[in-house]
Amino acid sequence: MALAIDIASGLLIAAGSFFILVGALALFRLPDVYTRAHGTSIIDTAGAGFLILGLMLQAGFTLVTLKLLFLLAISFFTLPVIGHALARAALHEKIAPKLAEDRRGRGRNSAGDGA
Amino acid sequence: MRTISLAGFLFAFWLVLSGHYTPMLVGAGLVSAILCALAARRMRVLDEEGHPIQLVVGALSYYPWLLWEIIKSAWAVTKVVLHPRLPISPTLTVVHASQKTAAARATYANSITLTPGTLTAGVSGDEFLVHALTREGALDLESGGMDRRVARFEGAA
Repeated sequence: MALAIDIASGLLIAAGSFFILVGALALFRLPDVYTRAHGTSIIDTAGAGFLILGLMLQAGFTLVTLKLLFLLAISFFTLPVIGHALARAALHEKIAPKLAEDRRGRGRNSAGDGA
Repeated sequence: MRTISLAGFLFAFWLVLSGHYTPMLVGAGLVSAILCALAARRMRVLDEEGHPIQLVVGALSYYPWLLWEIIKSAWAVTKVVLHPRLPISPTLTVVHASQKTAAARATYANSITLTPGTLTAGVSGDEFLVHALTREGALDLESGGMDRRVARFEGAA
């Protein structure tokens, strides 16, 4: 049983590390500040999430697990604020995003009927 | 009602973070939780935005769904990043938010940002300016699936 938990938590930690690596790679490969923000959001969510899940399995049913859960919850509420602030600041500084398509005019109409 | 609930939440938070269960420390936690809740009430920040207990019921089904969406889109972005030709098609779009309260609208904007591949870059009224890594991601948001999901989460309480 202990072995099974170790294997499961090892796999989760490996998955988290993989996503963090991918996110770091994304910072190098993606072209501008807006697309790179998407790369970091992999680290924030999938990377940190799987890593913390793996650590929770190691900790078992203890206070540490609850604290890790809080950590995850807090980061899930704060990280999008940071991402939003970053993108907004970049737009405010008039850094033009490299776009394949600008749907600002069209998107509104097709989405509006969902209300 | 909200004061009691906030005091309860604060006290539970104290218990988890402290880990020392002597009568003195637990009593101190209880007293400070109640004092904080009363202070929040006096500052009038204890409304449906400051302490949204009405969203708790909906959150139980919404957040597991959001987690699954995050895993799916994290994998999609991972494939794009690792693809040799880097097939990105960055797109700016505007999506409509049909939620009624500020707390639910903020939840929708945060959910968009939290999901890898899409990012809320601006909010004006009930319209979000969204940057997406791929055209598919933008079209997916425009179709309004997540919007309806958040609206349901708001209405569930």
